[in-house]
Amino acid sequence: MTLLEPRLVSGGAADGHLEELRHDPIALMRRVRDECGDVGRFDLAGRPVILLSGADANEYFFRAPDEDLDQAGAYPFMTPIFGEGVVFDASPERRREALHNQALRGDMMRGHAQTIADEVGRMVAGWGTEGEIDLLDWFAELTIYTSSACLIGARFRSQLDRRFAELYHDLEQGTDALAFVDPYAPIESFRRRDQAREALVALVGQIMAVRAAAGPPARGDRDLLDVLMSVRDSGGTEVFSADEITGMFISMMFAGHHTSSGTAAWTLIELLRNPACLAEVVTELDGRYAGGADVSFEALREIPRLESAVKEALRLHPPLILLLRAATRELEVLGYRIPAGALLGATPAISNRIAADFPEPDAFRPERYAEPRQEDLVNRWTWIPFGAGRHRCVGANFAMIQLKAIFSVLLRDWSFELAQPPGSYRNDHSKMVVQLARPCVVRYRRRGGAEAAA
Amino acid sequence: MRIEADLDLCQGHAMCALEAPGVFSVPRKGKVTVAEPAPPESQRSAVEAAVRFCPTQALRLLED
Repeated sequence: MTLLEPRLVSGGAADGHLEELRHDPIALMRRVRDECGDVGRFDLAGRPVILLSGADANEYFFRAPDEDLDQAGAYPFMTPIFGEGVVFDASPERRREALHNQALRGDMMRGHAQTIADEVGRMVAGWGTEGEIDLLDWFAELTIYTSSACLIGARFRSQLDRRFAELYHDLEQGTDALAFVDPYAPIESFRRRDQAREALVALVGQIMAVRAAAGPPARGDRDLLDVLMSVRDSGGTEVFSADEITGMFISMMFAGHHTSSGTAAWTLIELLRNPACLAEVVTELDGRYAGGADVSFEALREIPRLESAVKEALRLHPPLILLLRAATRELEVLGYRIPAGALLGATPAISNRIAADFPEPDAFRPERYAEPRQEDLVNRWTWIPFGAGRHRCVGANFAMIQLKAIFSVLLRDWSFELAQPPGSYRNDHSKMVVQLARPCVVRYRRRGGAEAAA
Repeated sequence: MRIEADLDLCQGHAMCALEAPGVFSVPRKGKVTVAEPAPPESQRSAVEAAVRFCPTQALRLLED
């Protein structure tokens, strides 16, 4: 049988669709589906990107073995962030597995829920009776503390402050799609990215110097940094430099940081845009915590209305809008020929809104997750905010527990309202790491005595 | 009642082993092993919970 060539989407210029990907990636990807169907193509400065959407094409993407679809080569914009030439003792896959087997295992979650609740408590401790927060700043800082505390350890977390969050933000902003052409192109966001990485290495280096001078802590207090600092080669020399350790920490925290931060912000925005849903969630949480129950216990249980709101925020505003792999050889997808070396993409932003799978696809409808609809489970290959299949986000379970813990504390003690027109909250798509666009302000107010005690 | 595990989807979260320890086991660095693919009726609610709480929906319960 002759294979078809994926159809090329309209538009494009000398650099293919690179400029459009840098400014309005969602419009580009939607047009690919509208014009070309489940398998279409756009070009990035001469390199074809085969964009898949719909259940059959997505299932192929998510089930494909690593030998056919390579993840490592598909994200050139991550290399300068993690650090080039940093020698890890294992492949990315092995490191992900190690992380998964330690910090992300089911039996660790109760401790994480408590840690997260405590971090939220620390962040709101300085709040007065009422005030305003910038959602981007606030949740980005909170999730730096939660991810460092849960993944690296309490001791390391206690040595961080706002500066770490600000530098980390510059790293995330250094993900312009121009990196597909040149990850070191002379643009402002790449310069800031490289400066931020150097400053982070300096910060971690200072923490290491203080620890080295103080001598090793008691065994029970050791965190991952102490462990890495204690690794010596056969000659007794330290194996890992500050640069390498910083690279490891950046990569461990990366997948869970902007994703959780953005999802927390969008869950709050969507709840405030939909007051009836918010009222149901607050009633649900008040019922759980009326008797003084622990967040560490409740966040591990089902909290159906809150979970549905989070799922719906994830469907409408997936933190990753384009998942990529590189084809290692010529492949066939649904009768189409994929040339060796092409990039293959699956797109949560488009698949999550396929009208045939998700009625009223652009509306916030948390009830779609209740039985019997369960649209996340029924559409396992198109409800893909966490990806699917063998590379599905290993932190998904942790993320949901984190969001339940965050909103358990926030909505128990505080009420919120939008400080801008509801339609003015939007994402900034000018970088591959999607973040809220400013302004993104909400107001908070401490809940009244009777109400809080209810 | 029979259990089917899709090993393409399993990531070894071991939630099933917490819900139904006798039926599922997950080694420290591996994927699920279904020790009892056709568990007795007495295990039904534990197995249903395991299927439901699997983070990757890798488990299915089939009726004979």
